[in-house]
Amino acid sequence: MTYLKRSPWILHYDASSCNGCDIEVLACLTPLYDVERFGIVNCGNPKHADVFVVTGGINEQNKAVIRNLYDQIPDPKVVVAVGICATSGGVFRECYNISGGIDTAIPVDVYVPGCAARPESIIDGIVQSLGILEEKRAKMLGRKRTKTAGTEGR
Amino acid sequence: MSRKIVVPFGPQHPVLPEPIHLDLMLEDERVVEAIPSIGYIHRGLELLVAKREYPEYVYIAERTCGICSFIHGMTYCQGIEQIMDVDVPPRALYLRTIWSEYSRLHSHLLWLGLFADAMGFENLFMNAWRLREQVLDVLEETTGGRVIQGSCKIGGVRRDIPQENLAGMAADLSPFEHELGELGTVFLKDDSVNSRLVGVGHLSRDDAYTLGAMGPVARGSGVAIDIRKTGYAAYRDLRFEPATETAGDCYARCAVRVKELFSSVDLIRQAIDRMPEGEIEVKVKGNPEGEYFSRAEQPRGELVHYVKGDGSKHLVRSRIRTPTLTNIPPLVKMLQGCELADVPIIVLSIDPCIGCMER
Repeated sequence: MTYLKRSPWILHYDASSCNGCDIEVLACLTPLYDVERFGIVNCGNPKHADVFVVTGGINEQNKAVIRNLYDQIPDPKVVVAVGICATSGGVFRECYNISGGIDTAIPVDVYVPGCAARPESIIDGIVQSLGILEEKRAKMLGRKRTKTAGTEGR
Repeated sequence: MSRKIVVPFGPQHPVLPEPIHLDLMLEDERVVEAIPSIGYIHRGLELLVAKREYPEYVYIAERTCGICSFIHGMTYCQGIEQIMDVDVPPRALYLRTIWSEYSRLHSHLLWLGLFADAMGFENLFMNAWRLREQVLDVLEETTGGRVIQGSCKIGGVRRDIPQENLAGMAADLSPFEHELGELGTVFLKDDSVNSRLVGVGHLSRDDAYTLGAMGPVARGSGVAIDIRKTGYAAYRDLRFEPATETAGDCYARCAVRVKELFSSVDLIRQAIDRMPEGEIEVKVKGNPEGEYFSRAEQPRGELVHYVKGDGSKHLVRSRIRTPTLTNIPPLVKMLQGCELADVPIIVLSIDPCIGCMER
């Protein structure tokens, strides 16, 4: 983990999960898995977050909440869909109130399968998302430089 | 005279791992009224009975809630078994009891941790969850799953626990109980915990009864309701008394759960001692025809699975009523007149499990 230069903060939201994945996300923070040693902190404020961790599928009532939270997270940001419900709807795919995975509402960068997803795979998913976060940051910085150099539009 | 303002609480809130929304009507810092609105994680899984055959629906029933998943699966199986007159072997009943009690242990430790977190007591949160991992290890060793076990089936259970493993589990209980004792002492004796909990969120015995409080919320107010006393699974053979407190505040509800940790350990010990030999499942033939209300005690209170079959592979109706739903009216009552700063503590004191509640 030495390549981890920054301390990424996580915002966790339970879309329509059964709690199984949520408590595993929380378990990542506690002494056995302890992601805080990598500087990963769970925060309650979307404006402080870099990584958006969503569990469960999308339904009519939480769609707006998830979009709202996603919009409030400053760029660059990555979305990690934790659990099979967040990936595709899972066992609840055929329920009348589920419209599918998280990608039906917001763009997703990393999918973590499992029912419930194990803490090891959640940590792996978040670490993978950090690579994507770094790429996005570099891209943003590159775009800014070209802007200041006045080369935009060429 | 101050004017009333409305403060929205949730659905996304740092203290809540799950979404529930409360509109808090405030006068200065005091809550005059709380109006809950739910439905953020409604999936509609009861209607899946039309698409899944009744033995497959056990998996869906288990996924109603990831915290008490085993008890959901078991309650559903009990309902079908009653309709079809299936005689479940005693060993399976004892195994179900053991897993139910381990589920209760993990759920209560999880809740104690979250409760400590809501108080801002980070160290206690970490300690409760550290202990919880030991329970999850046992569940994983015996069933294969940490939070979703999938070990219950109609007619019995899927896996047996070999006798030598049972002896090992029993031996591990004593040091575990000692650690629980240390944790419980902090929750019940620590000054900073007491000053956040004592006298906060009061619910009288009458209110608890008339508003339909269940589980530790009812028992914290002195109503000794415990569905385990009806003697489902192996509980009829085991000795235990429902833990009750009379104060009816957040401290009492916390104390009930701490006491239940020890009664769960004791029940597991008794069940391991009396574990009968024999089969762990019987073959189930045919389809269910009839209806049944199956009840069980979840960590949060009474769980009801209503199942109705018409003799085909698919059930006609499944209805799940979970304790969190019945604990919402008492919660609204508790919130009236409390300070805004106490709202997170009071909301958590009913142990809300929204995943269950909205199904």
